[in-house]
Amino acid sequence: MQGVTTKAPASAAAGQRRTPIQAILFQLRAFIALIILFGFFAVYSDSFLQTNNLIILTKQVAINAILGIGMTFVILTGGIDLSVGSVVGLCGMVVGGLINEGIILPMFGVVIYFNVWIVMFLTLLVGMAVGAFNGVLVTRFSVAPFIATLGTLYIARGLALLRNNGATFPNLIGDPELGNTGFPKLGTGEILDLPYSIWIMAALALFATFIATKTPFGRQIYAIGGNERAARLSGVRVKVVTLVAYVISGFCSAVVGLIITSQLVSAHPATGQSFELNAIAAVVLGGTSLSGGRGTIGGTIIGAFVIGVLNNGMIIEGVSSFWQTVITGIVIILAVIIDQLQHRLQERNVI
Amino acid sequence: MDDIILRAEKITKIYPGTVALDEVNFNIYRGKVNALIGENGAGKSTLMKILAGVEQYTDGTLLLNGKEIAPKSPREAESLGIGIIYQELNLFPNLSVSENIHMAHEITRGGMVIKHGEQEKRAAGLLARLEQPINPRTLVANLRIGQQQIVEIAKALSQEMQILIMDEPTSALSTSEVEILFRVIQELKAQGVSIVYISHKLDELLQIADYVTVLRDGELVAESPMEKVNLRWIVQSMVGHDTAVSYTPPKHDFGEEILRVENLTLERPGKVQAYLLDHVSFSLRAGEIVGIYGLMGAGRTELFETLMGLHPHAGGEIWLAGQKVEMKAAINQRIQTGMMLIPEDRQREGLVQTLSVSHNMLLASLRNYLARFYLSSAKEKANVDRLIKELAIKVSNPQNLISSLSGGNQQKVVVAKALLTSPKLLLMDEPTRGIDVGAKAEIFSIMSELAKRGLGIIFVSTELKEVMAMADRILVMAKGRITAEMSRLEATEQALVEASVIGHELIKTGV
Repeated sequence: MQGVTTKAPASAAAGQRRTPIQAILFQLRAFIALIILFGFFAVYSDSFLQTNNLIILTKQVAINAILGIGMTFVILTGGIDLSVGSVVGLCGMVVGGLINEGIILPMFGVVIYFNVWIVMFLTLLVGMAVGAFNGVLVTRFSVAPFIATLGTLYIARGLALLRNNGATFPNLIGDPELGNTGFPKLGTGEILDLPYSIWIMAALALFATFIATKTPFGRQIYAIGGNERAARLSGVRVKVVTLVAYVISGFCSAVVGLIITSQLVSAHPATGQSFELNAIAAVVLGGTSLSGGRGTIGGTIIGAFVIGVLNNGMIIEGVSSFWQTVITGIVIILAVIIDQLQHRLQERNVI
Repeated sequence: MDDIILRAEKITKIYPGTVALDEVNFNIYRGKVNALIGENGAGKSTLMKILAGVEQYTDGTLLLNGKEIAPKSPREAESLGIGIIYQELNLFPNLSVSENIHMAHEITRGGMVIKHGEQEKRAAGLLARLEQPINPRTLVANLRIGQQQIVEIAKALSQEMQILIMDEPTSALSTSEVEILFRVIQELKAQGVSIVYISHKLDELLQIADYVTVLRDGELVAESPMEKVNLRWIVQSMVGHDTAVSYTPPKHDFGEEILRVENLTLERPGKVQAYLLDHVSFSLRAGEIVGIYGLMGAGRTELFETLMGLHPHAGGEIWLAGQKVEMKAAINQRIQTGMMLIPEDRQREGLVQTLSVSHNMLLASLRNYLARFYLSSAKEKANVDRLIKELAIKVSNPQNLISSLSGGNQQKVVVAKALLTSPKLLLMDEPTRGIDVGAKAEIFSIMSELAKRGLGIIFVSTELKEVMAMADRILVMAKGRITAEMSRLEATEQALVEASVIGHELIKTGV
């Protein structure tokens, strides 16, 4: 018996000795895929590496990446948020309405217009409120996350359409007399020649990484996704933490809603359709496990770039958009297969 | 024909980190009831899983009617005529009784279409034999646990078996149902079916078994015809006189009262006047180790869960170090006031498998490592290193996944997690389950050391030997009540076993 107890750790150690290169390659697979894709298009296409194209690419990636950040928190808890695309649309309509119509208070016969900063703040609150609604459904009423957020997907899209009877809010430049001008600046403004949206993505990514790795909240998110019961018995307030994850996702959706509306200088109720699928794809490509507990924000950002580079490169190369869709699907499935392989490899090393 | 239908010779089963079975010989006598007994973790279930093809042995020989066999799947074992009724119910709650009974052995038309009518008729026949008027079309989910167990038995009877293994078949049955089962067992015996019967209820064994085999720590201890033995012999062979860990009275004095529990009551869900915890009262002093002994279902786990706040609707009062703990107080509040649970099921409740060793260790005490508003790696590392050293945890790098450790070391990580919350009171539910003898001794010495430092420790065990070796005071639970309380020095194994079966209806008939 003594022989066996000492043997087990020894073989585990041998396993670790054997695999560092394999393990590192596996862990960096999304990054490696990104470099390969990037290199491929850089070589085969003349216009891919042009600064303009790279900025356009990154602007597109930013939308997906910001949604992916919120989605990562939710998926880490073992949930999923299908409502993000609709929340983008709803928040767009909220900000559009607030700028063009203000808030009408019929009982006083007045219309209140807010400063753009307050408008944006209120919109973020709406996004967070929808996230909190999802969170309450999941934690308080034990609705499966897939179903809860599917319901919210419909509700939020419906509300976006209701807001202006299915019409858009055009020309969101505000009125100097009402003191609510300046909203388009969010979409067009630049720092160091880079659009605001890219800076916002970078800032959110850094902040989210900090939250995920350096705060008790982040650590508890991972614990809940890994083993909810063990987390609960360790004193983690599972319901509160899970709810906050959905609020974060709602916040990120609202940010994207603001950015897109500002870039278009108008709010369309259909904006954001199927964005949730791109966000989930980015998260999965980044190595986050859909069953929760494993994954990183950095991975999601890389995942978003993989999708972005792939799509951008294929467009430049003139690949038909139908084929683009097929290829994106294949890449996602490959990523998950590799993820499973890594799992099996790790398990074997343990034994 | 040989008397012995199945002969297991020198069966060894090794799991990573532990030897579950060590060269065990086991005989199943033809047409007899062969009782297999032993404490939890003795290897009974592992041996039976090997016979039933669920697990494969590492080394040894299985001879069925003199022919060597090595069943690789339950299906293969079934085709050899070996059936098993599992301890955990293996039914599909979403399917009907008849569908469950015929699962994977459907009566079909041309192998494609199920003949439901015929299946239901056959199921009704089996249930009638068990004297249970259950409609075969009922969903299993709508049956009470005892009836589900009957269905499980009917399922095993539905196939013609030479050998039928019953792993704790009566754990959920009422007295009258047990009697019916025993009658069916007699019938089966008469038909020449050989039965392997595993149970913790020793009185049942005295009543039904023809042969008895005792396992202890994965080794065969004794085998004997039943008529030659009595309850005392069984208990003694089960418990053994292993002197590897023996009780030494603590050299320190106990401190003040750290826990007082009064009239703790937990009703069985859905039933009035039926209790999982029936007015439980006791107290514990700082530096004292109290062991709770009891059979499965005695209410030990429920007691700990209620103390930790998993049952906010429970009745009664709890005082921790003179402070009243509100029943509504959540787990995190109770941890902060100084109690911490080390759960029974390490994998399912103690550890987060996807996290590293260090993150698991820190999980319950994250607040302590905050520097302003973020987690300080330096503080984290200092605490992780301190506990790895203090508890002698064997880990090459605390950043490795928790699953890379052996069972004993994983358990130490759970203990470390608890200690990092600076508890006054530790609740340890089966702290040595599934870890090898060396690691057990280490866990014991950690417990003594903690008591010396003034922690109050309550631990639960189904292993008499453990309770006798570690506890300063022993409480025995049966059917949700405390049926005996004795100091270690006045406790005897016999008295503990007897107190643990108080309220089990059959006790009188056997002894």
